[in-house]
Amino acid sequence: MPSFSIRHKVELIAVGVIALFFIVIFPLLNAHGMVSNFTINLWGKYLCYALLAISVDLLWGYTGLLSLGQALFFSLGGYMMGMYLMRMIGDLGQYKKPIPDFLVFLGWTELPTFWKPFASFPFAATMILLLPGVLALVFGFLAFRSRVKGVYFSILTQALTYGASLMFFRNDMLMGGNNGFTDFKFILGHDLREAATQRGLFIATAVVLLVVYVVLRLLSHTKFGLVQRAIRDGENRVLFSGYATAHFKLFIFLVAALIAAIGGALYVPQVGIINPSEMTPDKSLEAVVWCAVGGRATLVGPIIGAIGVNSLKSWASRAAPDYWLVILGGLFVVVVLLLPGGIVSIPSRLKALWQRFSKKPDEKPDEPTPAPAPESPAAVTAPESKPAA
Amino acid sequence: MRTYIRLLLITFILGIAPCAVLAASTPRTTIVEALLADTEARKIELISSLAGEGDEAIKPLLSAWREDALFIYESPSGTPVPVLLTGEKDDNDARAALRVDTGAALVDAAGKPVRLVAADLTAVEHTSTLRRAMKGVLDLIDVTDPDFKKRIQAIQTIGFAQENDKLPALKKRLVLERDAQVLRSLREAIAVTELKDPNESTRLAALGELKSLHSLSSYDLIRTAMREAESSGAKSVAAAAKSALVAIDNHKTNINFVGTLFRGLSLGSILLIVAIGLAITFGLMGVINMAHGEMIAVGAYTTYLVENIFGSGITIPFFGFSLSIPGIHATGWFYQTYFIFALPLSFLAAAVVGIGLERSIIRFLYRRPLESLLATWGVSLLLQQGLKLMFGSNNVQVSSPNYLSGNWTVNDIIFGWNRVFVIGFAGLIVFGVWLILTKTPLGLLIRAVMQNRNMASCMGVRTERVNMLTFGLGSGLAGLAGAFISQIGNVGPSLGQNYIVDCFMTVVVGGVGNLAGTIYSALGIGLVDQSLQQILLNPVLGKILVLVAIILFLQWRPSGLFVTRSRNLDD
Repeated sequence: MPSFSIRHKVELIAVGVIALFFIVIFPLLNAHGMVSNFTINLWGKYLCYALLAISVDLLWGYTGLLSLGQALFFSLGGYMMGMYLMRMIGDLGQYKKPIPDFLVFLGWTELPTFWKPFASFPFAATMILLLPGVLALVFGFLAFRSRVKGVYFSILTQALTYGASLMFFRNDMLMGGNNGFTDFKFILGHDLREAATQRGLFIATAVVLLVVYVVLRLLSHTKFGLVQRAIRDGENRVLFSGYATAHFKLFIFLVAALIAAIGGALYVPQVGIINPSEMTPDKSLEAVVWCAVGGRATLVGPIIGAIGVNSLKSWASRAAPDYWLVILGGLFVVVVLLLPGGIVSIPSRLKALWQRFSKKPDEKPDEPTPAPAPESPAAVTAPESKPAA
Repeated sequence: MRTYIRLLLITFILGIAPCAVLAASTPRTTIVEALLADTEARKIELISSLAGEGDEAIKPLLSAWREDALFIYESPSGTPVPVLLTGEKDDNDARAALRVDTGAALVDAAGKPVRLVAADLTAVEHTSTLRRAMKGVLDLIDVTDPDFKKRIQAIQTIGFAQENDKLPALKKRLVLERDAQVLRSLREAIAVTELKDPNESTRLAALGELKSLHSLSSYDLIRTAMREAESSGAKSVAAAAKSALVAIDNHKTNINFVGTLFRGLSLGSILLIVAIGLAITFGLMGVINMAHGEMIAVGAYTTYLVENIFGSGITIPFFGFSLSIPGIHATGWFYQTYFIFALPLSFLAAAVVGIGLERSIIRFLYRRPLESLLATWGVSLLLQQGLKLMFGSNNVQVSSPNYLSGNWTVNDIIFGWNRVFVIGFAGLIVFGVWLILTKTPLGLLIRAVMQNRNMASCMGVRTERVNMLTFGLGSGLAGLAGAFISQIGNVGPSLGQNYIVDCFMTVVVGGVGNLAGTIYSALGIGLVDQSLQQILLNPVLGKILVLVAIILFLQWRPSGLFVTRSRNLDD
């Protein structure tokens, strides 16, 4: 580890304090009844979304690949976990049969072969990583080999997740069709409806998020991280410098898919349902909103964005259900146009403003603070320095 | 004087004679005659002569006869008058009486309607053979319905019952019938009925007829006939049945093939119409407009609005206000023309929304394509919610004008008018876009700015204005597409979402920046999609396979079908 600057120390302390709060103090408060079960469940959901947002940011913010298919990997992870949880229901379902209810409903009397091994948690855990991983490898290999980039990559990933959602909506996919999986009962022998289980899941999510954060933070300071950002800013130059950019991109795509899948796997037992609407292109775009609002090309940004936008959503969908989409859409337009750096860039912007303001305090004391013109900050912070195609 | 009287008499007779002849031949008089006939055989003969006649009076009168509502009334002059008693009984148990021969009310000498009591009159008898004869007539009554669709339906019902005694009536009708479609179903019905004929040669002839008609609906009956023939050892009939089945199967394959081709073409045309606007905004301008789908929705809702203005008006709740638009209550052909008015208005409405979008948001993002994707997605959410708040979240009903509904059946292949219209209009739109882009000053400027914005700007082109107009054109075309979509699919706030992925796929596969590519890819995707659906018999699976095929296709040709050559590495 290189020598610590003051900035790094501050960051380390801040991350440590926040992590301590979420991993130890928050659950303790819940155990003693000072934080409601609902709240801890809600925050567990937010942290899963934060994992999804980080995976988007890793691709978009750090590598310049706007993937609109991250929700697919998130839900695939969720579905794999869901299959395990469905098996754990055993014969406690509505129909009191040893196979999941929707299969009974479809007229099955025995478990289809591919459902059988999911009774084992290690197998399910492997599949949570394996299935999205293989899909990401295959798709990434194909896409990066033929040098699909920029907007085309976005549109292709969107088509991928759209196709997958159509597939999962089908009943004969034997993955629950429209309704997906729900009514989970047990995980690893613990009752999902107990507060302690939910607390455990919350702690697990917080720990995973911390690990992901730390690993990516370290990665971004290695040479690998530099190449990654260089690809974002000028892929051809990196290519001509002798780096196989396709391999870098493929690796990052894979890592991002795995992070999203783990997020999804943790999400499902806490929310208690997974269905194909989680993998529509809209959900991917929503994750991109979190990332953009929080601030991309930073690691804190997506976390802040995911928690912030989702708290707003929880509030808005109760207070003004009709206007939630208006708020989300408007937020997005405003952030893209006026605040490309997201929430995390606000302090530095205020600082810059303050500096400009304090430099000439006696020359124009009465003039109000100039609002940032739409073009100027956009041009300054725009990551794509290359001219538009 | 005598001659005068004679002449008068002759004119009177000549004048009355045609009336008498007419009177004698109407079904009403035939029924009267049957009612008054002495022998049962004569009655049956008279009733049976009604078979195949198409008079509205037959059905109620015969039904009344069977339900004991017909009576013979002895008029004061002594002639028996058959009457129909209807209406409610009054205090004296009397009911209103209608003359059977004219259908008018029975009047006395003073011209006042007579009310009669059923018990005073002679009820008309009916035996079981008589009832059977009446039923035979009633069964055939729809065969003469003035509506040819009802005729066909009735003929088919009779034919597929395969009752031999209906044959004479059907054959009688075969001579009278003029409509080609009805004639066809008559021949089919006769042949199908003859399949039951004990005579082998008749059956052979019937099978030959069915074979030449390629009668799809008689497939199962022919198969039954074949089995019967096989079991009874009639080899030639079995062979004929088999060859008829093969011919019908071939015909079916052909129909499916042409039908698939047609559906593919029409789906391709729809894709083309919705994607051509995107080919301009995305292909030429390089703007990723995720709100393109909502432009389509704006066009579709404009059509809905125009339809309502032509009809009874509409009230739109608008952010707390309520905007009430009165309708002009048009009817008939004028109402039907609403679609003609809706087309340019949809174009304008979407173009205005598009220009507003370009001025307020997109112009700041020309150098940041990924971010224009995100911002326009935000706009798409705003527009969707706006439409939801204004028109409700349910689908709205847009009625098709009658020249767009209905279809055209050629050789068992159904061509829906709206689909034929869409194919035609897709051609027109492509032609129009080509004209605008290559033959107008605006088109020249558009192409100049899209090729090299800076250079065009240096040459004095007002690039800002050209951008605005180009985006307006692209959005307007999306609105026009919406007007057509409203005639084909559902119109709802999330209408655009159903098309946006397809639109982008079409443009990307065709090759960005190339309108011809968009045309080829739209038609190609349409045909592949419909063929896969036909082969797999599963629309969703077909669609998924198309998406997979597109992803693989882009591996092979990353820049689509038609590549715009450039020396720029980042292109």
